[in-house]
Amino acid sequence: MSRASSTPALRVQGLRKAFQDVHAVNGIDFEVRPGECFGLLGPNGAGKTTTIEICEGLTPADSGVVEVLGLRWETHAAELRQRLGIQLQETQLAEKLTVLETLELFRSFFRQGPSAAEALALVQLEEKRNARVGGLSGGQKQRLALACALVGDPALLFLDEPTTGLDPQARRQLWDLIDQFKRDGRTILLTTHYMDEAQQLCERVAIMDHGRIIAHGTPRELIASIGVEHVVAFATDRPVALAPLEAISGVKAVRTAADRVELQVTELHTCVPALLAEVDRQGLRLTSLTTHSATLEDVFVSLTGRHLRDE
Amino acid sequence: MNSPLARHPLVQLTLLRFREFVREPEAVFWALIFPILLATGLGVAFRGGSTGPVNVAVTSAELARAMDGQGALAPEVLDTGAALDALRAGRVLLVVERDAHGEVVFRYDESNPEARAARMAVNEALQVAAGRVDPVSVRDDLWRETGSRYIDFLIPGLVGMGIMGNAIWGLGFAIVDARRRKLMKRIIATPMPRHLFLGSFLAWRMLLLPVEVGVPVVFGALAFGVPVRGGMVDLVVISVVGSLAFAAIGLLIASRAKTIEAVSGLMNFVMLPMWVLSGVFFSAERFPDAMQPFIAILPLSALIDALRSSMLQGVPLTGVGTELAILGAWTVSCFAVALRIFRWR
Ligand SMILES: Nc1ncnc2c1ncn2[C@@H]1O[C@H](COP(=O)(O)OP(=O)(O)O)[C@@H](O)[C@H]1O
Ligand SMILES: [Mg+2]
Repeated sequence: MSRASSTPALRVQGLRKAFQDVHAVNGIDFEVRPGECFGLLGPNGAGKTTTIEICEGLTPADSGVVEVLGLRWETHAAELRQRLGIQLQETQLAEKLTVLETLELFRSFFRQGPSAAEALALVQLEEKRNARVGGLSGGQKQRLALACALVGDPALLFLDEPTTGLDPQARRQLWDLIDQFKRDGRTILLTTHYMDEAQQLCERVAIMDHGRIIAHGTPRELIASIGVEHVVAFATDRPVALAPLEAISGVKAVRTAADRVELQVTELHTCVPALLAEVDRQGLRLTSLTTHSATLEDVFVSLTGRHLRDE
Repeated sequence: MNSPLARHPLVQLTLLRFREFVREPEAVFWALIFPILLATGLGVAFRGGSTGPVNVAVTSAELARAMDGQGALAPEVLDTGAALDALRAGRVLLVVERDAHGEVVFRYDESNPEARAARMAVNEALQVAAGRVDPVSVRDDLWRETGSRYIDFLIPGLVGMGIMGNAIWGLGFAIVDARRRKLMKRIIATPMPRHLFLGSFLAWRMLLLPVEVGVPVVFGALAFGVPVRGGMVDLVVISVVGSLAFAAIGLLIASRAKTIEAVSGLMNFVMLPMWVLSGVFFSAERFPDAMQPFIAILPLSALIDALRSSMLQGVPLTGVGTELAILGAWTVSCFAVALRIFRWR
């Protein structure tokens, strides 16, 4: 492995940032390797935006080290700005401009990179080139924001919640684009509170909560780490006694949600019959029963006892 | 969009300003059309206002007859109630009536100079009709110079007011809107040098200036013959200096506000006193002497005084040095503070 490629695309160490008495980022470390898509996964308020904006040189940190492409913001800000692609959470571009005019504006800020029309093709928005930004759908606006991040031909892309608020179809379309950016050899740091997004796009994930990283690794490693293969969720006509459920062999944890009970289990084929027998023994009627393979969501639940998105 | 010039960030940012302006019909209306409508309305209303016949109400035909042959007076015979209504509504300046003892009573607002003049004219007519013979013979030699009419006074006032409004609104709304929608934060996340972002506002002000000054001046010249005695070069210099001062003030107002409501309030707070005090519609000399030093250093007073001196009296730039210095001081101090406290996100 050459020396250049072993330099992390982004290195964060001991990073802290407080707003008045809120410790938005409370001592975190992580590295993003060249060519990978690294995800910061966490609920709202976890500190993802604060972290990514410190890495983008937009927010000063209270303490800690941030090295982007081997460079520091304090000494190489001008060069870093040329080499980064940034999409902020909640930017509204100028509504009165057309799509192409917006890209020409952003393109003019960078020394080199694709033309406005080429950037438009990268996000498959060519048919909207002369449409006003104000008239675009949410997904189209988000694709335009991505195109604005690409006009400098960046080595490293920062994407802050790129699909929040989009409908499922628009999200899939955006995932395809981000996949394509990865194939083009760009490194990506992405934040999200959708576990399926992190699972789908990211080689490695850091799970954030209350300003700290509470777990990190590949999605597969993280899911394996909780020793749970499946989650069984069920509801009954009357409240169920929980203690006997915890005693079922293969059940790792029992958690009650508003309208259902969730069991984290190692083996479906033994746990489900045991559960049915127990429900029957308590004289209850099952009103729903679903199972799914464990996801990053379940990792978060088992680490914090909460869901990523509070329903 | 292929020339290297068109790919310069300053050009692109200025184009952004231009496109946001022309694609917002209301902005174009308030900046360019509204001053013309205002000047037309006021110009027509006050056109030769003092030469038309003076409307007075009289309560008997006998009084009206006494004013016959006095072309300057237009008496209307009304009963007392209707006459007082007409006075209240401003349709007549004066009510003339004869009381039970045969004495003539004038009823009018003595703080209104036109009403005082009407009273004197009516008194004159009544005395002459009753047989008074004046010992001195007089005749009128009427003299109306352009540059001394109300419309001449008004056009430089409207030009100054337009420069102020366009600069303050133009910068205030655009900057706070860009900050509010995080567009400003997104733009400074690129390699664009920050001074170009602010520079684009100045460039846009300077590009719009010929239009926002030219429209009322050309309109005034064509429709009313309002002069530009000091010449176009001086007019341009004064306008540029004024526009820079208000751009600096606009930048300062917009330097920290995060919402449109906040910046609107600030802008009105800053502009309202100047609309009233700086002599746009009537001479600032009407305010008490104690206020005059304060009024004189207001940037709109300085700009309008300089414009009136130049346009109406042909005073050269050296003659308006004080006004230009006041505007320069506002420019420098407001820019300095604004750049220090400006919030980029
Ligand atoms: N500018 C700010 N001023 C005060 N508090 C802030 C500011 N930005 C973020 N916070 C707080 O810091 C915490 C982390 O916020 P953020 O980084 O936006 O989280 P996330 O992006 O994960 O939702 C939240 O509690 C938020 O309220
Ligand atoms: Mg966020």
